[in-house]
Amino acid sequence: MSRSTTDAPSLPATSPTTAGTTGRTSRGPKAPRTFEQANRRLKWLMLSPALAFVGLMIVFPLIFTVNLSFTDAFGAVNADNRYIGLQNYADALTDVRRFWPAAWRTVIFTVVAVTLEVVFGLALAMLMRKAFRGMRMVRTVLMIPLLATPVAIGILWLLILDPTNGIANHLLGFVGIPPQEFLGSVSQSLPTLMLIDVWQWTPMMTLLLLAGLTTLPEEPEEAARVDGATAWQRFRHIILPMLWTTLLTALVLRAVDALKTFDILYATKGAGGGSSFEVETLNVYAYGLTFDYQEYGLASAVLVLFTLFIIGVVVLLRLRSGRKSA
Amino acid sequence: MSTVATRTPGSPGPAATTRPPVVLRPPRRSPWGWLRALAITVVSLIFAMPVVWMIAAALKTNVQVTDPSVGLIFSPTLENFRSILADGEILRSMGNSLIVGVASTALSVVIAVPAAWAVGRFSMQRTGSVVLVARIVPAVSLLVPWYYLFAQVGLVGTYTVLILSHMFVSVPLILWIMIGFFEGLPVELEEAARTDGLTAFGAFWRIALPLAAPGTATASVLAFIFSWNNFMFALILADENTKTMPVTLFSFISYASTDWGGLMAAAALMTVPVVLAAVFGQKYLVAGLTAGATKG
Repeated sequence: MSRSTTDAPSLPATSPTTAGTTGRTSRGPKAPRTFEQANRRLKWLMLSPALAFVGLMIVFPLIFTVNLSFTDAFGAVNADNRYIGLQNYADALTDVRRFWPAAWRTVIFTVVAVTLEVVFGLALAMLMRKAFRGMRMVRTVLMIPLLATPVAIGILWLLILDPTNGIANHLLGFVGIPPQEFLGSVSQSLPTLMLIDVWQWTPMMTLLLLAGLTTLPEEPEEAARVDGATAWQRFRHIILPMLWTTLLTALVLRAVDALKTFDILYATKGAGGGSSFEVETLNVYAYGLTFDYQEYGLASAVLVLFTLFIIGVVVLLRLRSGRKSA
Repeated sequence: MSTVATRTPGSPGPAATTRPPVVLRPPRRSPWGWLRALAITVVSLIFAMPVVWMIAAALKTNVQVTDPSVGLIFSPTLENFRSILADGEILRSMGNSLIVGVASTALSVVIAVPAAWAVGRFSMQRTGSVVLVARIVPAVSLLVPWYYLFAQVGLVGTYTVLILSHMFVSVPLILWIMIGFFEGLPVELEEAARTDGLTAFGAFWRIALPLAAPGTATASVLAFIFSWNNFMFALILADENTKTMPVTLFSFISYASTDWGGLMAAAALMTVPVVLAAVFGQKYLVAGLTAGATKG
């Protein structure tokens, strides 16, 4: 990190000060250093600390994890592990007790939560599209769920949704709905956490889509209005197609994060996603395998499969975006 | 300021097309306008109320916290804050969160801002996709190798390993925000400076960097908040003395689940600084959070 600040200033000093000159410099005795070459060195100097940092932090772990996934590592990662080929993958993919339910929960959680977030986020963005009094305040309020600490949010919802002492059941009582168990029950835990996720991340969708909406030209919509298109027609055939790329970018970012949701699940339901694994997603499962059971080999295989799955989702959504916007 | 002050005469809203402009009287809202205002109010309340409830609960006695009929009208007490702060653990872990957050953010700015300038100015967009890779990989898959690697050099449990792990989140984040910011700066300013004799680095240091100060500030605040909120890294890589606030908060759930007042006070201590950042930096933080999303 010191390189960019100490070496770099001396470097471009050898470059000519104006573009398009011959490029000969007094300090480049061997090769004539052109402007472009000097710039190339500068840009790599500026880039390399960040690239090297992220690369080192990610490349070694990835190799390490892939390697572990082919071993029977258990208890310790550096003990004498035997290579067992694809056994861990076979074990994971035939595990109908923990792996497949976890994979299924991951998909359900993501699809339901992200769909609701897109629908609500888009509706709210359309509501807020035209300026109104208090816009600033509403945007501030929208920032709070997504910037607040997830663990704190998890604890907060534990209090609100407490079956006996929570305000949620108290309020439901006013409209005649019997008390619910929420996070205290096996069947309601995952849906409840989906709704908490929707509360937490709909604002992000709204802010992203609002940013997208403000960049859209107004003329097409005005033209359609003049031609007598209804509000719904203008939304469906003018705004939505123009907003499509922003929508898909937001969708990809949110889907990746939703697949990897951990903090709020772990904070509210603890290790293993509860006593019956009721909210155990792939991320929670892999975490438990790793740090509760020290099943490093199997955990690594699950993580490789999980990572491939996330990449698959991203590629799929990107392909769709390419086809639609083309 | 009136509600419709931002409307230009040339593009009247649906309400104005149906009736002539009324002078000397604030324009009436159409039924749709009222419905819209109502909807926005209800939605805002849905997003704001839980956090308001958290802060209210933190100011209640333990009897009041578990009695849902006590709404938002009660005489507040600081007793919960007094009791959790007396313990010292909360203050220490808040200090740890602060140290890790500030150090990881500062170091990330130092390496990510020049990199963002290089990507933005020399259009090396492919290199920027490193950011996406860092976002995709599940953190759990990094933790075991990191733990193993840093244990070899005796760093597990130290601030260093926490700072490095948090930088793994903040470097891509700052890079992502600042690439967009530098691309938005007119390149002519730097070119003019170059013509006047500044080197390429000089143009970055004296022209681009000062102009990018608002963007850098935004990116730094967001990076700090994400470090402040980070739970999983410290859960594994910290020890008793270096553990950060979310980890302490989490341990409170298991050991003191009946002390709702204390829990809410601790949660409020975590959340209030973030809320204040949102209130005072709303415009910039929204721009930072949505950076890059509209480029497609």
